[in-house]
Amino acid sequence: MTQVSMTVNGKAVSGDVEGRTLLVDFLRGGLHLTGTHVGCDTSQCGACVVHVNGIAVKSCTMFASEAAGAEVRTIEGMANKDGSLSVIQAAFQEHHGLQCGFCTPGMVMSAAALLKENPKPTEHEVRAYLEGNICRCTGYHNIVKAIMAASGQDVAAIAAE
Amino acid sequence: MPKDHGIGASSKRREDVRFLTGKGNYTADITLYGQTYAAFARSNVAHAKIKSIDTSAAEAMPGVLAVFTGADFADVGGNPAGWLIQSRNGETMKEPKRPVLAHGEVCHVGDAYAAVIAETVAQARNAVEALVVDFEELPAVVDMADAVADNSKRARTELTDNICFDWGWIEDNRAAVDAAFASAPHVTTLELVNNRLVPNAMEPRASIGVYDASTEDYKLYTTSQNPHLTRLLVAAFVMGIPEHKLNVIAPDVGGGFGSKIYHYGEEALVLAAAKRIGRPVKWVADRTESFLSDAHGRDHVTKIQLACEKDGTFLAVRTETLANVGAYLSNFSTATPTFLHGTLMAGPYKTPLVYVNVKAVFTNTAPVDAYRGAGRPEATYSLERVIDMAARELNLDPWEVRRKNLITTDMFPYTTPVALQYDTGNYQATLDKLIELSDKAGFEARAAESAKRGKMRGLGLSTWIEACGIAPSALVGALGARVGLFDAATVRVNPTGNISVMVGAHSHGQGHETVFAQVVSSMLGIPEANIDIVHGDTAKIPFGMGSYGSRSLAVCGTAMTKAVDKIIAKGKKIAAHMLEASEGDIEFADGKFSVAGTDKAKTFGEIAFSAYVPHNYPLETLEPGLEETAFYDPANFTYPAGAYSCEVEVDPDTGKVEIMAFTCADDFGNVMNPMIVNGQVHGGVAQGIGQALLENTSYDGNGQLVTASYMDYAMPRADDLPNYTVDHSCNTPCTHNPLGVKGCGEAGAIGSPPAVVNAVIDALARAGKPVKHIDMPLSPARVWAAMNA
Ligand code: FES
Ligand code: FES
Repeated sequence: MTQVSMTVNGKAVSGDVEGRTLLVDFLRGGLHLTGTHVGCDTSQCGACVVHVNGIAVKSCTMFASEAAGAEVRTIEGMANKDGSLSVIQAAFQEHHGLQCGFCTPGMVMSAAALLKENPKPTEHEVRAYLEGNICRCTGYHNIVKAIMAASGQDVAAIAAE
Repeated sequence: MPKDHGIGASSKRREDVRFLTGKGNYTADITLYGQTYAAFARSNVAHAKIKSIDTSAAEAMPGVLAVFTGADFADVGGNPAGWLIQSRNGETMKEPKRPVLAHGEVCHVGDAYAAVIAETVAQARNAVEALVVDFEELPAVVDMADAVADNSKRARTELTDNICFDWGWIEDNRAAVDAAFASAPHVTTLELVNNRLVPNAMEPRASIGVYDASTEDYKLYTTSQNPHLTRLLVAAFVMGIPEHKLNVIAPDVGGGFGSKIYHYGEEALVLAAAKRIGRPVKWVADRTESFLSDAHGRDHVTKIQLACEKDGTFLAVRTETLANVGAYLSNFSTATPTFLHGTLMAGPYKTPLVYVNVKAVFTNTAPVDAYRGAGRPEATYSLERVIDMAARELNLDPWEVRRKNLITTDMFPYTTPVALQYDTGNYQATLDKLIELSDKAGFEARAAESAKRGKMRGLGLSTWIEACGIAPSALVGALGARVGLFDAATVRVNPTGNISVMVGAHSHGQGHETVFAQVVSSMLGIPEANIDIVHGDTAKIPFGMGSYGSRSLAVCGTAMTKAVDKIIAKGKKIAAHMLEASEGDIEFADGKFSVAGTDKAKTFGEIAFSAYVPHNYPLETLEPGLEETAFYDPANFTYPAGAYSCEVEVDPDTGKVEIMAFTCADDFGNVMNPMIVNGQVHGGVAQGIGQALLENTSYDGNGQLVTASYMDYAMPRADDLPNYTVDHSCNTPCTHNPLGVKGCGEAGAIGSPPAVVNAVIDALARAGKPVKHIDMPLSPARVWAAMNA
């Protein structure tokens, strides 16, 4: 066991981890931030996406110790300061971009990373960017629509909600 | 103006806020004081005798608290099949035992034969590695045709052959059907495979067992679509726990699609382990375990024949199907290929004669059970493919062949030759709507444009029907069901007038918390925000058979409306007393009880308050309080139907299929929340396109699952799928439930696979490459090989 310290959602945290402890297990088990999910064991599904120093990372594919000293942001840190839903979160609700909610934290984190990189993505760019996030419920239509809407683009052309 | 609240409004989902902020409460998120962890030892061979399991090294590992093997459960019951099917010869199906942990014999790769409980997950997994098992390998039965042909290799040592049952539907029709085929002007024959799928809800299964020695109460948190059904199975069938001593909680559940209907051995194990060690025991599947041990879906091999006139009028349908049930009978596995499949083989058509034969086959593979649509996608796929093929053979337009044979609106109620009675529908209307929305008229121009770019464009359709809202209990009982399929709801009006509604349906993505509140809000004239929907906890809800088969609103929603009706009826009695009027003169509308023809009225809130503070109240004739429960058993199935089209481009160099447009014209009866209904259709269509183009579950000849991860099993991703055009304006309300609803959850997965395949066949035919059939998934390799054969 070694001690690891990092900043998570703006708060300094630390805890004991084994060398093999994954970042996602530290967040979920150590910090009880259970919004970050685990949907696979092959780094494919994206349910575990968080931001590490501003970059979208699959937290199931990084050791907790690798994030030592880093700024980590999880879904729990995505709402506005007053607790209201951020633009991306609100767009997911408005456009029914989630059903069971299991993929949703990863989708929101990926969407935020995409829009930071590419503030006005085309629909094709959104779909391509989400290559590493699997959703079994929505068929993606409304996720794509929500992300386009969150980028401030007109989504009327994307057929019925 | 679209409605902004109540029935018919696209109310935004209240559950979204917790999911979007990371506050969802899924089973894996729950940590209990003193919690320990289970890990399972799973077979790495398809079939073997367990000669011995040496647990001593594992028991000595750090943190290990207990080790279980099949011997620990030798005295408890097995996990039963929910339906007993009779074979054509009158024999009852074979039901080999399904123990909590494999005992004596492992029967598929992934079959759990031992479990370790330890302080941490890592310790439990390390100790599993230290178990020493001595397997004597037995021959594995993998391919269904081999399983049927060769009795010498058997999937279970206790069987004499691999056939679970040989079912005919309806046996009395058989001779007439055969005669119709013998004299038919045209017969089309198609052999096809309905590919095996893994449901893959994104949340892997998980369970936590808790035991309280002071009260002898058990508690099970689990990823279930139906906590009461799980309680019944665990308590009464498997563990012998008194039902009132087991509380099953299914908190937020991350998708189910059928795979979380069933009781699985891991649930019994965590309960038994919690009792033995006196601490909570938690297990969370990893994805590989899910692939290996969740119930899979589909896996039929079918020969379907259609007899028709030269003008395309259908005369008879005949099918022979081998349906894989895997190594153990999962709870609905015997109903799925029979009563959820054979009964739908008339489709929305007037076909006068239908005969269905299904042989269920044991193999050394994971159990196969209901997956979104459950039997109905298999029926629809067979039928819609053979109709397309017949139209091609007869040089007829497949759209018009369907129209010619659709049941017409003057024929309802319509009794099919496979024993269902369709109450209402308008199949021409959805077909016309599809023609309009898909811009069929513009297809040739689009095809010409594709051809300019060197692509082959095709258009395919399917017209489908399903039976939902399962089910009338007496009917299913007569057909072999071991449970009733009613549902229940309690409406509790609190003293301050807000409402808790306890429902037996379970939401694992469908948005019940929002939609059910919309319905109650409309009925009682109070804001949606004042109504809470409670589900998923056997200690809180009256009873419930859960959510599957698109039944939540049609069955549980009806129970809920009946409970609300009772609330209104009691409210009228209270109002009559308070307003000094006769009960018959009290009217209820917009949240007010008023005396007809006067302005004397009491609000709903005043009535609620009076019920709990009964100072001025007819106590001699009426109990105080305002809480009502209703159970509802449906009179019939509901029959959603629709017409779907798919437009594809096929790359002639690679065989890759791209979906250019997907259009759905559905009749779901009345729609409570259009936004949510559209979302359900999107998700269903995505799974159907996944089946048609991408997904395949592949066992090798030794019974090894070679597609056991997302590296090998092609889940549809955002860039594999199109936007969908979805319409449900052509609705004919269900005639036998008060909301007039039919159900929409499975539609997309039922109607879409044949539309996709028909479109690809159309594209190839138009490009001068006539191909009769390609089995799903239509991977580039398969399409390329077929068109270059
Ligand atoms: S859990 Fe990290 S990618 Fe699936
Ligand atoms: S909302 Fe259920 S997996 Fe995406």
